[in-house]
Formats: sequence, structure tokens, C-alpha cells
Amino acid sequence: MNAAVRQFKEQSRQVSGDLRHRKLIQTALGKYEVKRDEKKAAFQNWQAARQAAAETKWEAINHLDQHLVDLVRRLEARGTIVHWASTGEKACEIILGIVRDRKARSIIKSKAMTAEEIHLNEALEHAGFEVVESDLGEYIVQLRKEAPYHIVFPAMHLTRGEISELFARELGSAPTDNPEELTMIARRALRQKYITADIGITGANFAIAETGMISITENEGNARLTAALPKVMITLLGIEKVLPRLEDLALFLPMLATAGAGQALTCYNSLYGGPRQPGEADGPEQYHVVLMDNRRTELLADAEQRDALHCIRCGACLNVCPIYRNVGGHTYGTTYSGPIGSVITPHLRGLQDWKHLSYASSLCGACTETCPVKIDLHHHLLQNRRNSARQKPSTAEKMAFKIAGVVMNHPWLYATVKKAVRVFQPLHKLVKGTRLDPAYSWTQTRDLPSAPPQSFKEWWKDRAT
Amino acid sequence: MTITLFIPCFVDLMYPKVGISMVHILERLGHKVRCPEEIVCCGQPAFNAGYWDESRAVAGKVLDRLKDAEAVVIASGSCGAMLRVFYPDLFSGTVHSREAKMLAGKCHEFSDFLVNRLGVTDVGARFPARVTFHDGCHGLRELGNKKPARALLAKVRDLEFVEMKDAETCCGFGGTFAAKFPMISTAMGEVKCASAFATGAQYIVSNDSSCLMQVQGLLDRQKSSVKTIHLAEILAQS
Amino acid sequence: MTDREAILARVREALTVTAPKPGNHGGGSHHDPVVSPGPGAARKWLPAVGDTFEEMVALFRANSAELKTDFHLLNNVDELTQTLTRLREAEGWRRIASHNGELARAACETLGLPVCGTDAGYDVNEMEKCDAGVTECDALIAQTGSVLVTSRSAGGRALSVLPPHHVVLACREQLLADLPAAFELIKSKYAPNYPSFISLITGPSRTGDIERILVLGAHGPKKLTVLCL
Repeated sequence: MNAAVRQFKEQSRQVSGDLRHRKLIQTALGKYEVKRDEKKAAFQNWQAARQAAAETKWEAINHLDQHLVDLVRRLEARGTIVHWASTGEKACEIILGIVRDRKARSIIKSKAMTAEEIHLNEALEHAGFEVVESDLGEYIVQLRKEAPYHIVFPAMHLTRGEISELFARELGSAPTDNPEELTMIARRALRQKYITADIGITGANFAIAETGMISITENEGNARLTAALPKVMITLLGIEKVLPRLEDLALFLPMLATAGAGQALTCYNSLYGGPRQPGEADGPEQYHVVLMDNRRTELLADAEQRDALHCIRCGACLNVCPIYRNVGGHTYGTTYSGPIGSVITPHLRGLQDWKHLSYASSLCGACTETCPVKIDLHHHLLQNRRNSARQKPSTAEKMAFKIAGVVMNHPWLYATVKKAVRVFQPLHKLVKGTRLDPAYSWTQTRDLPSAPPQSFKEWWKDRAT
Repeated sequence: MTITLFIPCFVDLMYPKVGISMVHILERLGHKVRCPEEIVCCGQPAFNAGYWDESRAVAGKVLDRLKDAEAVVIASGSCGAMLRVFYPDLFSGTVHSREAKMLAGKCHEFSDFLVNRLGVTDVGARFPARVTFHDGCHGLRELGNKKPARALLAKVRDLEFVEMKDAETCCGFGGTFAAKFPMISTAMGEVKCASAFATGAQYIVSNDSSCLMQVQGLLDRQKSSVKTIHLAEILAQS
Repeated sequence: MTDREAILARVREALTVTAPKPGNHGGGSHHDPVVSPGPGAARKWLPAVGDTFEEMVALFRANSAELKTDFHLLNNVDELTQTLTRLREAEGWRRIASHNGELARAACETLGLPVCGTDAGYDVNEMEKCDAGVTECDALIAQTGSVLVTSRSAGGRALSVLPPHHVVLACREQLLADLPAAFELIKSKYAPNYPSFISLITGPSRTGDIERILVLGAHGPKKLTVLCL
């Protein structure tokens, strides 16, 4: 068992039995669900919108080369410096290069899952630079030296009490259980950071090929400040974020907000098309866009699962996933958690090391049903299972299914097995729920029904005679 | 019409009453029922575990034995989804591809068959109790069956139906998942039970015996007085 | 080979195999019609907006109320003066930040306070001390209660987000029905020479990062006032 599996098994066992965690997440997501349903209902046709969004993304991803070339040409035309990075290491290197070049002292950062993916903060801090996360949730988890718990709600696992203690310890603020006061403590702490930062780093939600613009969605205004005040702005962008046309945003922005946060539109939806242009009052002197692959092309090469690149990182699949809700975001041990994480992590980080996430699913399909761009999420989990069994089958499992197949295909054998079950059933009572029980994984927490004296097929046969 | 009833292995062994109820209901409606002995398992366990070759070894037989059936009724939403939705995937690119698609078209889960194929919602049942319904995920999302079970329950005399919050949330069974990740599965089951308890229902009804095994297993462990029952068993009561 | 060439080569190699079209499996509805996205197509699926000016104003007003945007439809310049003066007094403004523009200039004159102007460059510490940022805009969007601003129409990037209160000045003709109209406007007004910053502002800055409880004024303005003449 590799470390990732062990960690998942141990932590999932622990968190799923933690009733305090269960209640916290149910309450937090309960509020989200009410708003999400309300905003979905406001659409004239949410299902058609999903189909249109899926088709738009299909077009974008299946002509990715052309869109990337267009995007870059138009970004460069207005003075943006575009860098291409095949790997995460390369992306870190490029960004470190810019930071060193500018002799930067402090860096302000707005939320970027791509940066989490490549451990950019660690790389920058290791090189001696201060990086401050400006999104409130990200700031909180950064102070706790933790990974984000959720791709949209990074600090959903914490209570106000825990946040108050954290702020008191790290920032010296007076304890409070008022979320507004807590928010204002962070606001005050970060204000000067924006003003003094030499470099602002952002992620991106979409990149518009037609006009050469980067679209950033947020609620707090932290990304806007990050893009407005420092002299240098850097955007780290996964190559799959491309949308063909500007007008596509008219659909994608409200869908992202609705699915992701239960809002009609998030507070700020901003487009950045370059550094400060002649005649403009402010903005960075330099704008760098780092276009990163980091094995996205591996996923692209799998036509069956290519639609996983349609993902707009709204987090809706996490929110409806009964696995996510019970094991929590940190248990996955991945940058992208929940159903989408279970689907793509094996592609990004190796199937054999991460296949357990595809098995840790009841395949209920709530994710696929809710996905605003119709990624076939739970079927991809099945495909990951198939691929892993093909690549590296477990001898025991393969043998078990072979034997079961022989039994199922021979009625007399099947009938004999049924009789055997009934014979051994009384013996099971002796070990039930103990470690000696072969069905321990079931009977540890649940009772097992006993087979009645006559099976259906036996009844059917009796009846005919 | 002649209906071929597919009683999956665990229903056969553990829940024969579900199959027997279906036979009675279908016959009462004037149809001829057949249950081929050699059809036992749809091959889903191997399929879900990723062993598609092993799954095909079992599913191939089902395909062969059902190819001449007029209509196939499956006593489980999950196995129904296997035949209707996953056989075409499983056999895609093989010589049986066309057969799999043809079979998919005539397969129905029991409640869907009654309501959408036979146009029946009132089977003359009576069940004096307060009940709530749990949507099995495969029946709900792979087969798109939300309404049939509720339409049937609505016509049962003396039955009081209460919808639970999150009726569509998975109970945590998920086949081998329940054994591979027992604690996650249990947590999901507990959440489901809590939703059902909140309705004050005496019975949790579903059209998937596997979900009911999970829920009943937890209820028994908790020594709860709430019971689970398959939809067909209610419909067979008069 | 550069990274650019390597990435594009991998993309092209991958795309030699076609992916199945979306919507073939699951996802709620099983027989979705294929819809072809195109200009303005989203209008059919997005939340409905009325056709008349009155309906649009009513929707903008309702959205503003939900978003906690303070929206005023004003009938003349006198009402503008009164509203601005009232705000100045109620909040005790001592200095404001603003930019060049007909409406903005009129507002600043009315307020009679020291102004941090952004047009010729500004000191960010000075702007940070301002009580309000007064800007014009490109459009108001009824469908979402949004204000469309750009670095050209609203005095740069920071003016509408740094001060604690953002006051937007708009005129009736700027009220648009929906998001597709907003993007059409951006294109027709600016293409191909787009401003480097374009933003749809939808309510005052907010966060729900602590227990999903709504708090206004996370990093941007705590207050957003829209004055429409």
C-alpha cells in the first residue's frame, strides 16, 4: 500500500466518524444549496445552458492549439509577456526568474489552484521571498500552514472560534466570534501588503482567445487589488482555460457563480488584456502570463476523458459529493479534491498511485448530474478503474471474479453455493462483528441479513412443478 | 405480453419476497412471466471493479439468453442500469455491440416498466403506514427514474407518503465500495438514516434491495424500529 | 525544442483522436437537444429580463436590493446634488478620489472636497485615505445588477476598488438588459483597442469564507452606491 492510499484510508476513517466535522460541513453547504437552487431556478433553461457550456468547452478544448496561438498572439500584441511551461517546475522557475529580476521583496497573491498544484508558494519562500495569500480563506489556511480544504471555499472546515484563535495567535488581534470583525482584522492586515507588494500573482478562470484577455472571478476584491497596485503582475494559467469568444463569458460567468457559490454573478468579474496602456491611470508596468501544461496534455490525449479538461473549477461536484462531504477536502491529499480530483489526479500524478480515489466512490453520479459543463465524472471513475485493472490487475481480485463468473454461468454450481451459504450461515453468528468475521468490513458497523430458507429461484421451480 | 423477469443473484438469495411480489403483480395484471434459470448475475461487480473481461464472461451469457425476450424487467435499478446503460459500453467495439444496444432498449426497471411501459399506476395495493422513499442512485441517475415509484406509491390505499430531505443522496452502499471503504460507507448510511428519521416514517421504501440492505443493516445495528421494504412488496399487499 | 513548440506539438498529437461530443451520458437529462452556441444565444437560457425600460429598472433595483447595492434613480441634477450631499454628510467624507469625466467632475464640484484625481497618476497612499471613490461607468446591467467599468471609463483599476465606498455615476441610456448586451457593448465600443482592464462589479465586496456567513467589505468597498440620472 503506497503512502497516498494509507493516508487516504486512515484519514477518511477518522473524518467520516467525526460528527462535529459532519455537522459543520452540512451546515455550510446547506446554505450554499439553498442559494444555488434559487439561482439555478432563475435561469430560463439551466439544462440547455449546461449543454451549451459543454459544447463551447468541447469546441475550445478540441481546437486547443489554434485557440492558444490566437490567445498568445493577442496578448503579446498589447505588451503582455507570455511564457510557456511544460511542467510545474518550469513554471516555478519562470516565476522565480521574474521575481529575482525585479529584486522583489514582497509578493501578494490572489487565489490560484494552479499555484497550489505546483507548490509555487513553497518555491518562492524557499528562495527567500515573502508571499502573502490575499483571499480571506486562503489567508486563513496559509496562516495555519495548511492546504485549502476546498477549491472554492478554502477554510470551510474551520469555525469562527478556530479562526479567532488563529488570528489572535498570528496577528495579535483580540478574540471575537463575530465573522465581520474577523474579516476586518484580515482586511486591515492585508491592506498595506497590497500597497507595498512589488509583485502580484493571480490565477485565472478563463482566457479569451478572440480578444487576448484573462478573466478572473472573485468576490472579495483581493484579485483586483493584486492586479491594480503592484508594478508587476503575473498570471499562472493552465492551458485548458481557453474560451473561444468574448461573448462566451455571458454564459460562463453566471454559470460559474451559480454552480460554484450560489450567486447570480460573483462580485467582481474582471478581464485583463495587458499591462497599463498609454493613457491609463494605473496598472502594472509589466504583465506576465505563464501558460502551463503540467500533464494536461496527457489528459488531452485520452479522448474518452478529455472532457475533464472542460472543468471550470466551480467546486459544485465537491459540494454534492457524499464522499467529499464525509471525508473532507484534506483527506484526498491532492490539490484537486472531490470527484473532479479523483478523475484527473491519476492523469496528472500517475494512475497506480492515485487509482484508490476512483475506487473510493459509490458511483452515485450526483457529480455528473450537477456539473455545469457536463463532465461525465462518475463514468470516468469507472474508466480509471478499468484502465488500472488492465494495466496492473490484482491477482486475487481477478481470480475471484473469474471464479464468480464460473459459478454464475453454471446454474447447478450457483444452486450449490446458495445451499452452502445457508449451511454456514448459523456459524457466522459466532464470529459476527469480530475480527475473525470474513465479513468484518460490513458487520463492524452494520448487521447482515440472513438468507431465508428458500431462494426465489427455488420458489419458482417449486411453483412450476 | 410475455415478460422476462431478471432476478439478480442477491435478490434471489437474500430477498426472494421481492421477486415473488413482482411475479404476483405482473400476473395479476394479466401478463405471462418467465424467469430463465440460467440468468443469475448481470456482471456488475466485476465491471465496477474494473475487470471488464471477467464481466463480459458473465454478461455475454445474459445477452445471449435475453436476446429473444419481448420485454425484460429487472428487479433492481442498479442491475437495470447495468443492462440498459453499461452493456453498450462494455460490449462497445466487440461483435456483441449491436446486440447489447438492442437489449438495452427493451430492459426496464420494475417501477419504470409498470408506469411507463404498461401505463399502470394503481395495482390495487393497500398498505396502512407512513413511508418515505429513497432513490437508488443507479435507477435515478443512470435510468432517469424519479417519478414512477412515487406515482405507484401515490395510488396505494391508506399509505401516507412523506418525502425526505435529500431523498436523492446516496445511501453509501455502492457495491464493493461498502466493503473497501466501510467507514465512509457507514457515514453516508447514517446521514441517509437521519434524513429518513426526520420524516417520522415507519418504512423506508426503495426499488433497490442493495440500498435497503445497507440501510436496514444500520437500522438493525441502531436497534431502530424503522423498517425498510422494497416497493414491490408494498405493491403486492392488498 | 522550446516549451512552446513542445506543448503545441503534444496538443496537436493528442487532438488527432476526436473526443465524443458532450452530453452523451448521464447528467440528468438523457436526450438533450444539441444546442449551438452563437452570438446572443445565451439570452434564451439566462434569467429573463423585461423589454421595457421600466422593467429593466425594476429588475436592476431588485437585484441591487439583494446585493446590498444602494441604487437611486434620479430625475435631475438637483437630485444628484442632494443625494451626494446627503452621503457626504451622513458618512463624514473628508476627501474623495475621482477621475476626469463630465458627470464625475460635476459630482466633485458638488461635493466640494479635496479630490485625489487618478488621470495623471496618483499616490496610492493618498487614495487609500480617501473616503469614497467616485467613478463613471460603461453600463448598468439589469439582469445581474452589475456595473460595467473599464480602466478608461472609471479612472483606472484601483479607484473603484481601493476606497471603502464606491459611488457610480450613470445615466439612463447606459442601462442594458443582460450580459450578452454587455459583451456586445464592450466589443462595439472598444474593439480592437480594448482597455487593459474591464470589470463587471456586482454589489459591494463580500466574502463567505467564515462559516459561509456573508460579510461585506472583504478587501474592496464595503459600500456600493449607484446613482443613475
